[in-house]
Amino acid sequence: MKQGWKTAGLVLGAAAIVAAMPAWAADLIKAPTVEQQATMMNKGDNAWMLVSSALVLMMSVPGLALFYGGLVRTKNMLSVLMQVLMIVCITTLVWCTWGYSEAFTSGGDNHFWGSFTTKALLMGVNGGTYAATFSNNVYIPELTYVCFQMTFACITPALIIGAFAERVKFTPLMIFMVLWLTLVYFPIAHMVWYWAGPDFLPDAPTDAGFLFLKGALDFAGGTVVHINAGIAGLVGCLIIGKRTGYKTEPMPPHSLTMTMIGASLLWVGWFGFNAGSNLESNGVTAVAFANTFVATAAAGVSWALVEQFVHGKPSLLGAASGVVAGLVAVTPASGYAHPMTAIVLGLVVSPICFFFVTTVKNMLKYDDSLDVFGVHCIGGIIGALGTAIVADPKLGGQGYFDYTKFPAVAVAPADYSIASQLIIQLEAVGLTLLWSGGISAILFLALKYTIGIRPSVDVEHEGLDISSHGERAYNY
Amino acid sequence: MKLIIAIIKPFKLDEVREALTGVGIAGMTVSEVKGFGRQKGQTEIYRGAEYSTNMVPKIKIEVVCGSDIVDRAVEAIQAAASTGAIGDGKIFVLDVGQAVRIRTGETNETAL
Repeated sequence: MKQGWKTAGLVLGAAAIVAAMPAWAADLIKAPTVEQQATMMNKGDNAWMLVSSALVLMMSVPGLALFYGGLVRTKNMLSVLMQVLMIVCITTLVWCTWGYSEAFTSGGDNHFWGSFTTKALLMGVNGGTYAATFSNNVYIPELTYVCFQMTFACITPALIIGAFAERVKFTPLMIFMVLWLTLVYFPIAHMVWYWAGPDFLPDAPTDAGFLFLKGALDFAGGTVVHINAGIAGLVGCLIIGKRTGYKTEPMPPHSLTMTMIGASLLWVGWFGFNAGSNLESNGVTAVAFANTFVATAAAGVSWALVEQFVHGKPSLLGAASGVVAGLVAVTPASGYAHPMTAIVLGLVVSPICFFFVTTVKNMLKYDDSLDVFGVHCIGGIIGALGTAIVADPKLGGQGYFDYTKFPAVAVAPADYSIASQLIIQLEAVGLTLLWSGGISAILFLALKYTIGIRPSVDVEHEGLDISSHGERAYNY
Repeated sequence: MKLIIAIIKPFKLDEVREALTGVGIAGMTVSEVKGFGRQKGQTEIYRGAEYSTNMVPKIKIEVVCGSDIVDRAVEAIQAAASTGAIGDGKIFVLDVGQAVRIRTGETNETAL
């Protein structure tokens, strides 16, 4: 998936295959027909992408559901599980109805979102249509790409609910998610990830999303998924307000066992998320896989070390939080970094996220229940900016490709500028924060002053499980 | 007949049960409880949110026995449950007016 890509359509990409290309470049077909694309599909790529899609689904259910669920009180456990499960189900329907078309078709001169109708209801998408990868003349079945991207659309809104867990009405939340997907997620995904593909971009160098054209590097979704969801969560918890009893009554996690299981499932599933984002099964896929492994481990260690210094004891919740922060930070960098720079990224992200979820949150007194902002948004920003550094070929990074050339050409190491890339990354981060933060605020406020989005204090005391769903998570 | 209620540290349960068996006690009821006395609770920290728990987990044992062995039973519990540290617990002894074995209808000491 994803992207990368630099100025005016240049981009990054799948280095290993492209690097091998000159020998047979003369045989490459520019703008292949569907019939020709059918001969450019690799069964290994397709198998890997289907497995990756299933792995990313596992991140949402049960991974994220358990990670979040363990952190709330017993009386709200089931509401979190239900919210995540239903968001996944509803998003899937929205994705097939208009989401895929809105995110991944050309918007013509509009580079902020695609067409709502071109592939609505998946019209024209079947077993004989294909989606581009990052290599010239390499394709995967379009339905594979539809499913892979669908799992990203599923997990991103589910991430948001952690910020206002334990105090939200179910139906308004589901309405919010449909609107948020349509007005925020699909447009941002289009801006960062939509492009005509390496065999078509040379003839249509502006047929891509706004941030893609700027050259923003986001391998697997640091901006689209984590910053996007993180800022929406912060806005939501500010508008919905603090939990009743916040800071005056204890609200400890009801099961860190569940949280540990969830965090571990997230880590495993994240291999599909990051390495799958290469859309092929090649050397860059291995780069992303390795980085997802090592950056995460480094972040888990560094969070535990910070707690050892600050509190005198390393906690399991801290280590699990560090693991997730590391996964978040390496997401945009996964296909660009060298494993050693990925480790540095992991070591750096945890202390910063720790500072936000402890000091900053207490100082500013907002109740981000499960630290969606402190871990996902802040971790995502660290990753997005860090990507500009770790992608530098002079530091062992992958650089990026100029996809306006046919075949695509890798940037010369001497031409890679960390400073100018950093500015592009900042623009992508800033646009995502403003777009998602602004529209989320409008949506939350509209719901708050119409059908209401927060349950009564009595309902909150009783717990959302009984009041919203008529059942309990545990009947001993 | 006497009812002995003993609040002890959870990890002392097996030793207390063996000690009571040794003085001829044939049954007991055990509950997991929380409470506080002179022992202070602990501080828990979850991502920077600190909670001090002043309720400490304990085990409550309830034993009914004949008045003739109650002193030995209390001594056995006291000896087995003691660590010498604060938080070892308490023992209370109450009079019991009646006892019935549900299966047979036997009453009082024959029901124990």
